[in-house]
Amino acid sequence: MAHAVSSCMSGIRTAGDLVLRMQLAKSMKIDAAKQYVADKLGVKPIDLSDSDLMAEIRAKNGLGRSFDLNKSPKGIEAKFNIARILGIKINSVELFRGRAGLNKEGA
Amino acid sequence: MKVSEFFTRMGDGSGVYMTAEEIREDILKGVKDAADRGKIAELTQDEMDYLFKIITMPGNIVGVERGREVVSTSDSGSCKMTYHANIAMERSMAVLVSEKVLGADSVDIGNMDYSYKAVKQIIHNETPVMELAQHNAVMPVLYGSMPNLGLYTKPDGPVENWSELLPLAKIEEARAAQEEAVEHAVRDIVFVAGEMYEAGADGINLDTCGASGDADFLAGLLATEKIKEKYPDLGVEFGAAGEFVLGMHGKIEYDGAKIAGLYPHKQVKLAEKAGANIFGAVVNTNTNKSFPWNIARTVTFVKACTAAAEIPVHVNVGMGVGGIPMSEIPPIDVVTRADKALIEIGKADGL
Repeated sequence: MAHAVSSCMSGIRTAGDLVLRMQLAKSMKIDAAKQYVADKLGVKPIDLSDSDLMAEIRAKNGLGRSFDLNKSPKGIEAKFNIARILGIKINSVELFRGRAGLNKEGA
Repeated sequence: MKVSEFFTRMGDGSGVYMTAEEIREDILKGVKDAADRGKIAELTQDEMDYLFKIITMPGNIVGVERGREVVSTSDSGSCKMTYHANIAMERSMAVLVSEKVLGADSVDIGNMDYSYKAVKQIIHNETPVMELAQHNAVMPVLYGSMPNLGLYTKPDGPVENWSELLPLAKIEEARAAQEEAVEHAVRDIVFVAGEMYEAGADGINLDTCGASGDADFLAGLLATEKIKEKYPDLGVEFGAAGEFVLGMHGKIEYDGAKIAGLYPHKQVKLAEKAGANIFGAVVNTNTNKSFPWNIARTVTFVKACTAAAEIPVHVNVGMGVGGIPMSEIPPIDVVTRADKALIEIGKADGL
């Protein structure tokens, strides 16, 4: 908690989860990961840590928020949108597609 | 307390007042200790001056400059609430609390034993926790455990105990036992990683690699290689056990480099070579020294590590590592100062 307040991006309150995804998926160092996510969201890297701005952007793109509004994407639903916007494969999304039969023709 | 004194702490967490001169002296000594041990560059005078400023900043907590925030991974992250704090909570629920309440950027699910050997036996009960977490969480969720090579020794495991063989001067037998244990550990880690991949995990956290020495570190490297070969999309975080890999075997090499004796700036190169996506650097805290000494030493090691690394480096900042005091409840004043120093001077990519 101390780290989150003092020095970290605070996850889905901002864009911390998205930046972390790029580190984990593509081994990007912090500045490169922020730049990549910022470019995809159409903002500047410094904006990624602004919880007020990111709340709007997350809501607009259906990326999941700390306090979900009714009828907004949650959990795996939000990760479908994250995978599409960041242009990466998310393991749980791929599994969901397969197990829900979404990869079948006509699905 | 004199007016000219500043409140800080010792490495055990106890409070202490130091003068500016004492703090500057300890910073210099900490820097020189790291540079001497690691054969790395000292911090510059400007960096040491800035570190002094961070240590003596007014305010109970401090923070990084706007825009310099980093991201966090964890070890046994979802266990902190369930097992450690004894809150009766299912672990996938702890993931959601970490995400929605605590502001974590990611978290790892782990078992109480937090060792791949133990997890293998109960994997069928571990994967549903990951599956549930993946359905409900937005942030990346990893699965974490330790190679923990010592668990493979008799009577609990299949191989001879090198800690018993070494005092008997049975050096070759001790080495052979460790090499055999590596094979068991790699098999277990890769098996668990495969099961977790099929449960939707975003990554595997190989935590505390090297806890049983250089063979333990090798097990982490070889497991990383195999995981990336079989599951290229599965992220791997390779976390070290200490600032210096102990030579329990002494002769083990990886990619032509002897593992025993490596400091973080060289450990990270092996993790990179194996295919790890994130490296968890560790620098140990000396409880008899002051926070200024410990954080100066830590930042010196971390700066060298991040400069050498081509992958992101997440510095371990739990109790007893990363300049944080060896205290069950790390004081927030020095925790936040350690974070700021590690990010702004050490150039850490995460914590």
